[in-house]
Amino acid sequence: MQTPAPVDYVRATSVADALSLLQQHGDEARLLAGGHSLLPMMKLRLARPEILVDINDLDELRGIRVDGNEIVIGAMVTHAEILNSPILFEHYPIFREAEKVIADPIVRNKGTMGGSMCQADPAEDLSAVGAALRGTVVIQNAEGRRTVPMREFHEGPYETKVADGEILVEVRYPILPGSGSAYEKVERRSGDWAVCAAGACVTISGGVFSSVGIGIGAVNAEHFTATGAEAFLVGKEPTAENIATAAQMAADSCDPSADQRGPADYKKHLAMELTKRALTRAAAAAVAVHLTKNGA
Amino acid sequence: MTAVQEVPISAGGNPIGFGSMKRVEDQRFVRGQGNYVDDVNLPGMLHSAILRSPWAHARIKSIDTSAAEALPGVIAVLTGKALEGIPRPSLLGDNFAWMPTLSYDTQAVLATDKVRFQGQEVAFVIAESRYIAKDAVELIDVDYEPLEPVMDAKRAMDPGAPVIRDDKGQTDNSITDVHGHKTWESGNAISTAEAIARAEADPNCVVVTQEVMYPRVHPAPMETCGSVAHMDKVTGQLTLYTTSQAPHAHRTVYAMVAGLPEQKIRVISPDIGGGFGNKVGVYPGYVLSILGTIVTGKPVKWIEDRGENLMSTSFARDYHMTGKIAATKDGKILAVDVDVLADHGAFNGVAQPTNYPAGFFHIFSGSYDYPDAHCKVTPVYTNKAPGGVAYACSFRITEAVYVIERLVDCLAAELGMDPAELRLKNLLKPEQFPYTSPTGWVYDSGQYEKTMRVAMEIAGYDELRREQAEKRARGEYMGIGISFFTEGVGAGPRKDMDILGLGMADGIELRVHPTGKAVLRLSVMSQGQGHETTYAQIVAHELGIPPEDIDVVNGDTDQTPFGLGTYGSRSMPVSGAAAAIVSRKVKERARIVAAAALECSPDDLEWELGRWSVKGDKERGKTIQEIALLSHSSLELPEGVEGHLDATAVYNPPNLTYPYGAYICVVDVDPGTGVVKVRRFIAVDDCGTRVNPMLVDGQVHGGIADGIGMALMELIAFDTDGNNLGGSFMDYLLPTSMECPSFELGETVTPSPHHPIGAKGVGESATVGSPAAVVNAVMDALAPFGVRHADMPLTPSNVWRAIQGNPIRVDMAIE
Ligand SMILES: Cc1cc2nc3c(=O)[nH]c(=O)nc-3n(C[C@H](O)[C@H](O)[C@H](O)COP(=O)(O)OP(=O)(O)OC[C@H]3O[C@@H](n4cnc5c(N)ncnc54)[C@H](O)[C@@H]3O)c2cc1C
Repeated sequence: MQTPAPVDYVRATSVADALSLLQQHGDEARLLAGGHSLLPMMKLRLARPEILVDINDLDELRGIRVDGNEIVIGAMVTHAEILNSPILFEHYPIFREAEKVIADPIVRNKGTMGGSMCQADPAEDLSAVGAALRGTVVIQNAEGRRTVPMREFHEGPYETKVADGEILVEVRYPILPGSGSAYEKVERRSGDWAVCAAGACVTISGGVFSSVGIGIGAVNAEHFTATGAEAFLVGKEPTAENIATAAQMAADSCDPSADQRGPADYKKHLAMELTKRALTRAAAAAVAVHLTKNGA
Repeated sequence: MTAVQEVPISAGGNPIGFGSMKRVEDQRFVRGQGNYVDDVNLPGMLHSAILRSPWAHARIKSIDTSAAEALPGVIAVLTGKALEGIPRPSLLGDNFAWMPTLSYDTQAVLATDKVRFQGQEVAFVIAESRYIAKDAVELIDVDYEPLEPVMDAKRAMDPGAPVIRDDKGQTDNSITDVHGHKTWESGNAISTAEAIARAEADPNCVVVTQEVMYPRVHPAPMETCGSVAHMDKVTGQLTLYTTSQAPHAHRTVYAMVAGLPEQKIRVISPDIGGGFGNKVGVYPGYVLSILGTIVTGKPVKWIEDRGENLMSTSFARDYHMTGKIAATKDGKILAVDVDVLADHGAFNGVAQPTNYPAGFFHIFSGSYDYPDAHCKVTPVYTNKAPGGVAYACSFRITEAVYVIERLVDCLAAELGMDPAELRLKNLLKPEQFPYTSPTGWVYDSGQYEKTMRVAMEIAGYDELRREQAEKRARGEYMGIGISFFTEGVGAGPRKDMDILGLGMADGIELRVHPTGKAVLRLSVMSQGQGHETTYAQIVAHELGIPPEDIDVVNGDTDQTPFGLGTYGSRSMPVSGAAAAIVSRKVKERARIVAAAALECSPDDLEWELGRWSVKGDKERGKTIQEIALLSHSSLELPEGVEGHLDATAVYNPPNLTYPYGAYICVVDVDPGTGVVKVRRFIAVDDCGTRVNPMLVDGQVHGGIADGIGMALMELIAFDTDGNNLGGSFMDYLLPTSMECPSFELGETVTPSPHHPIGAKGVGESATVGSPAAVVNAVMDALAPFGVRHADMPLTPSNVWRAIQGNPIRVDMAIE
């Protein structure tokens, strides 16, 4: 049996209540969402907050909805809800592809979008997706709300722009009509964290890429993305050659370290291979959308 | 002898004898009503936690326990120094800081001088709750002086290597067994060397040499190890609830270790949540819980957490093997020689019969007909956790099967011959049984070619090869891997096989109550295999009592006769035989009672399932239930029966049994990512008579999953600082249903001629046979890249690196 160090527990009744509890307890307090990252660390005594502020009752943080030309995902939306969301699947199949390979059904039933983002594990999948889709993170504190682009959200491994006394309330994604998206991940076993993962979201018009988003996880890509490769592709035809060049550029911009998931040369290779595969499938999907629209 | 006969069905819907039936124990397991060691809660029970070493090799300069002792709720803190102060009235050392291992080595209960592996036991806290005990562990201050750790078995014997066992006055890291040997050899070294030399000189022959490593893995049972010890001060009786696969052997060891009178020790193994060899050894934690109850006078519970289980209890394998196989160019195998460097960790704690310090590795000559074989095993100490048992591998037959099956595939590649054809050419023929192998094993029975052909037929082997050729032409990489394995299981005979001097034979008792219901008491111990079901079926088969009328008791030394327990697939070969024999004794007693009741001579009676009747007059007879009542009635019993039908037996096996099988695995490899997908797995097992075919299938399913796990992901590696890199389930990967295809099983049935019901045991067959099939399949897929071998586990990075011609050294940290 694993035993966490002594800890207090309180259940917040609203976001405002949670914020005031956080303020009251300072940096000894931690929010408890799905608990699938925090509780294991507490059981191993790698984390020892003095008080847990449980935000599972906060319905204001739940739900996936369309708001104007954005899709909004609440912080307390679970992985399982993202996996099964028809709205997300319609606009961004990348979510379903990524969620299928995040952890296992038990973790997905409890683990949340907000918890994943704030845990900010370097191999976290939704961060790679968020980078590819150029989402915007909404953070709330006692003073009010502020927004941070996904691509500026991470400060480093396990560090984000969410400060003590703040709550991530939602992430907003711009809807890109006609886009194609895809996610690729290599794991040693289903349910394991990524050895490397890559996602892509592209639009094509006039036979060339009109927008390109690349997200790369687990290989120390700056802000989970590869801006050089993106810039290279915009305005270019979606040929195998162009995609391969971009994938190589993306891989070159990563700086993976060796661990038991694999040596650095392999991870770098994967960054190339998976970016290539994700871009290829995303481009095919985008073209398909385009053709359907033309044909209709 | 076989399951071909018609089996009657009981009122409860079960076969009265052999046949598939659901496990009776599942009623409680699927309802969450099992009773495991951690479910045991005694009045006044205290809890405990162990402080473990963060270092792999360090001198202990001082330990300060004062802050821990001052924590409210802490009852006692024990250290190695404290244990050194407790004199032990036994021959096995003079104090409690050290204990004997199952291999006649010594192991620290709590470290005194040095710590010798990361996770080693350093201090033991007893407290009112597990939480307080853990809090107190953090307050213990140990001053360590780190020493250079020896993590690479290949370096352990270097002249300059740090000496790990200076406590024993050693000057190097060699291991000496109880017979004084530093290496363990088997077979004929000279004739094998000569045969290989002849082949090397002969243009019509080839010799293939291949290094293969079977890296360190862990049994990783769902339930970790633990115990609840209770010394009753009034009666002097020690009761130990414990996760043990061998409760009787453990009781004797405790009597020796603790110097307690054996009749005052009761060991109870309640439900066990998986063993796989992990629960054969005696761990410091068990001993500490006993010392804890002696010191405090209260029951003391000790339960490992997952990390403790993975880091400190018995690993398996860790064999670095170099094999040589010689053959003629047309594929007739001539000789095999294997040299092994065996990493035993910091204490030689491997469980195996005393005369077999490398376990049954010497059966490596495999299923093939050739005259010359030899192996040499050199064991070394390293700063890794000690080995409890050669897990789920019939005492290292997994390593043996792996090396020979890899060598045969390497030979096939060298000869450009189909690996199935090469095997068919060399398999032993039915008429060669009983067959004495070049290393001296006497295989009991087998129809190897038949079994192989059944597997090839299920697989559609020729069609698979056609598909593979087409795919290769398209640049797709599928692989087909074969493993043909023979095990030797069911240790003893006792004259040849013992553990710590305890002969490997097993007792049994069968009681038949007046109403004809029965209780069978076993010495072997279920860890989930379904003993409560299968052993009742054996009695049913022999006596005609419905299985639902028979209770099977195991795990409590006060309720069961002495025996050596369950591991190495020995339950069915040993206690399965005992169950048949004790039932036959009951049947003979019943015959005498029936004859008295029917007023005839016992010789005039004949048996049909469940009933003795007069020859030629079937109407006149008594059922076993009627006879049971008569045996307790006022009936005048003849000479030779005083009453009741009960009987006891001890089964001392005349030989091992030799289950075998043919496995075929089909994989698809993505060369861009190195990801391996196991597409199909065909397993045709011949384990002799199948008492419960459904449970046989279950054992095979579990074993294949395990084999896929070992082949593709399971691993305990270490970095050069001595850190264990497999200490959690995030790091030690076990396979899930997602990695396993739907298994395709087949069977042939070749009964063991010397076993009373012809059964051979199947507990480990699939674990033993499957890793080689998976690895052979992946290597077959990679053949177009010129890859002949890469070591397990074949993780994506390892496969990709193999394709690059630069495979990973798997036992050390990836750099
Ligand atoms: C076995 C296993 C496998 C996994 N595999 C994967 C995988 O393959 N890919 C992957 O991406 N993830 C994986 N995960 C991680 C999983 O997705 C995360 O654990 C989980 O989603 C984190 O969310 P949670 O709701 O459980 O967060 P919690 O554990 O409750 O919280 C995590 C951290 O975030 C903080 N936090 C939570 N919500 C907020 C908020 N709204 N605002 C500010 N801070 C907040 C908490 O205080 C805490 O510090 C795996 C986890 C497990 C246990």
